[in-house]
Amino acid sequence: MPQNEHIELHRKRHGRRLDYEERLRKKQARAGHERSQKAKKLRGIKAKLYNKKRYSEKVEMRKLLKQHEEKEQKGAQERPDQGAVPAYLLDRQQQTTGTVLSNMIKQKRKEKAGKYQVPIPKVKAVSDAEAFKVVKTGKTRRKGWKRMVTKVTYVGESFTRKPAKFERFIRPMGLRFTKAHVTHPELQTTFCLPIVGVKKNPSSQMYTSLGVITKGTVIEVNVSELGMVTQGGKVVWGKYAQVTNNPENDGCINAVLLL
Amino acid sequence: MVEPKMKRKKEEIAEEKMDPDAQISIRFLGENGNELGGSGIVIPVGISVENLQQLCNQLLDTGDDPLPISFFTEDGVEIRESINQSLEKVDQEKVLTLVYAPQAVFRIYPVTRCSSSIPGHGEPIISAQFSPDGNGLASGSGDCTLRIWDTQTELPLYTCKGHKNHVLCVSWSPNAEKIASACRNGQIMLWNPKNGEQIGKTLTGHKQWITSLAWEPLHKDSTSRHLASAGKDGNIRIWDTVKGLTVRTLSGHTASVTCLRWGGQGLIYTGSQDRTVKVWRADDGVMCRNLTGHAHWINTLALNTDYVLRTSCFDPANHCAKPEDDKKAQEIADRRYNEVLRICGGERLVSGSDDFTMFLWNPSESKQHIARLTGHQQLVNQVVFSPDTRTVASASFDKSIKLWCGRTGKYLSSLRGHVQAVYQIAWSADSRLLVSGSADSTLKIWDIRSKRLMFDLPGHGDEVYTVDWSPEGTKVVSGGKDKVLKLWRQ
Repeated sequence: MPQNEHIELHRKRHGRRLDYEERLRKKQARAGHERSQKAKKLRGIKAKLYNKKRYSEKVEMRKLLKQHEEKEQKGAQERPDQGAVPAYLLDRQQQTTGTVLSNMIKQKRKEKAGKYQVPIPKVKAVSDAEAFKVVKTGKTRRKGWKRMVTKVTYVGESFTRKPAKFERFIRPMGLRFTKAHVTHPELQTTFCLPIVGVKKNPSSQMYTSLGVITKGTVIEVNVSELGMVTQGGKVVWGKYAQVTNNPENDGCINAVLLL
Repeated sequence: MVEPKMKRKKEEIAEEKMDPDAQISIRFLGENGNELGGSGIVIPVGISVENLQQLCNQLLDTGDDPLPISFFTEDGVEIRESINQSLEKVDQEKVLTLVYAPQAVFRIYPVTRCSSSIPGHGEPIISAQFSPDGNGLASGSGDCTLRIWDTQTELPLYTCKGHKNHVLCVSWSPNAEKIASACRNGQIMLWNPKNGEQIGKTLTGHKQWITSLAWEPLHKDSTSRHLASAGKDGNIRIWDTVKGLTVRTLSGHTASVTCLRWGGQGLIYTGSQDRTVKVWRADDGVMCRNLTGHAHWINTLALNTDYVLRTSCFDPANHCAKPEDDKKAQEIADRRYNEVLRICGGERLVSGSDDFTMFLWNPSESKQHIARLTGHQQLVNQVVFSPDTRTVASASFDKSIKLWCGRTGKYLSSLRGHVQAVYQIAWSADSRLLVSGSADSTLKIWDIRSKRLMFDLPGHGDEVYTVDWSPEGTKVVSGGKDKVLKLWRQ
């Protein structure tokens, strides 16, 4: 290892080699060829890693080129959007575009199908072993038949515990939730709404009845404060929402409203 | 006035037998509360409205040209035909108070047919306005142009190109010599309606689109020099159109300013999506009042002097003739404004909101509202005072138009008939008719006296975005999504 900046010092004193610039140019000119040669030659995991790196570099470069192109572009007029609307409708486009009729048809179709087109169609199944922990208490591990739920649950207000002796599933107080952060997909706003119930946990019917909330679970929330109105003009009270996060990891429930 | 039911029933029986020759004493009250003549004029109950009008005209001393007058009880019940036919019960013991309201001396015929549908715009027409004298017409569209039309031949006159985005607002200056147009890029351009050329340079300053434009009233500013604009960016700018500069920026709203009115007393009223109505002094830009109460966006504002401020020196009773010079025009505008102010007793403001309600304010005197007008089941998109300032009409997305008393805010009636949201409404100059344009692609003419649909005017191929009734009353213009400008006549 050099102990001082010898090379820099030498350069300062004597300058670079006379053909330094030429050599540098040639080296740079060759670099591309050499890299492609190398990419061809490599095999196995090394090739995989190298190609991945080259690919990401290329993407980066293309993006940069595009940026420059856009920057240099001038004179091209920006065409205004089609479908002009008056000033009083500008902030409401989303509400007005969906006409009543098509909404009604959609609603009908949904009812017929009986299923919701949910934002997260596929979820990882939660196994019993993951959701329940075996309780190991009792002098001779007598309580081995008890299970502790390790996921977030919703327990209705009217729920009264069974006597502890007969209670098979323990739903810990710390993991009980009553509210969820529900995002309205069209308005792009989030509201903290009270949960009404768990409609469907895709992993198992038992989870649904226990009120276990995992990612992808469909819950019913109280949307009365959103002021939504049905076709007939009545205020909508409950609406379904699908959980989008892992509540047991995050400590809160995030969900999207199913419209 | 509510009396026990039993008693009323008895009296009803008595009333049926009441003969039209029975005597009753009445007194006339002006709208501003002044009494006319002495109290207790004794007349027969069966007196016709024509005779009442004659009597009232005599007391008013109108001379050879009598005014048409309608009469109301203090509860707002209109007297039609005769007193005993329009009132349920007449208490002969008491003095009956009748409020007299002089009507417009001219009568506007309802428009019934489409006289021409003029193509030309390449995109939906989103704004159209008649000039204050009713001779000019300008429309703004999504194709980035402003077009000026000849209302006599109903042909295109000039196409004003220059905007780079949708032309959202069009506003004629009160002296009818300039047109201001504002686009979605936040630029304002001024045009000369005589040759279709741009006046001065483009006024730039707003960061987002412009929602509303308002000129300074003519009686304050005889050459129409100042213009105010409200932007989505939450600012209001006052422009000097001669120098092409911003005179003042009024900032204080925290969200998009949706509507703007320049009142006749030197105040600027603005309503915003931040749920407040703010009142500014135009001279120094100080915010003098902050009117709160709405629970959601404010969509629209209306002044009871809107019509007189718009027509300024062009009197429809006088065929909208243009005065000789600016000074004369200013005098006429001032006289007309003060006359209206005297009748209605102060500048009132109505604000319509997304919370389905409206508030009636007296902004020059207090920050408390006079009344809250509830009844709509969807957001209120537009409110307009009638030219005689007595009635407020509100257009809502619940497909109905509602009428309210312009003085107290009392509910009068609903006009139902549209099958989709009502976007825009416009009054005729004599306040006897109302036209409405809706998303159901029709225009409808409503008779205010009978509160009924008078004519249904289909013809548009798609939603009607803008409607205007010309100030002198012979024409209605409408434009919409089908890119065709339609003119309607009697």
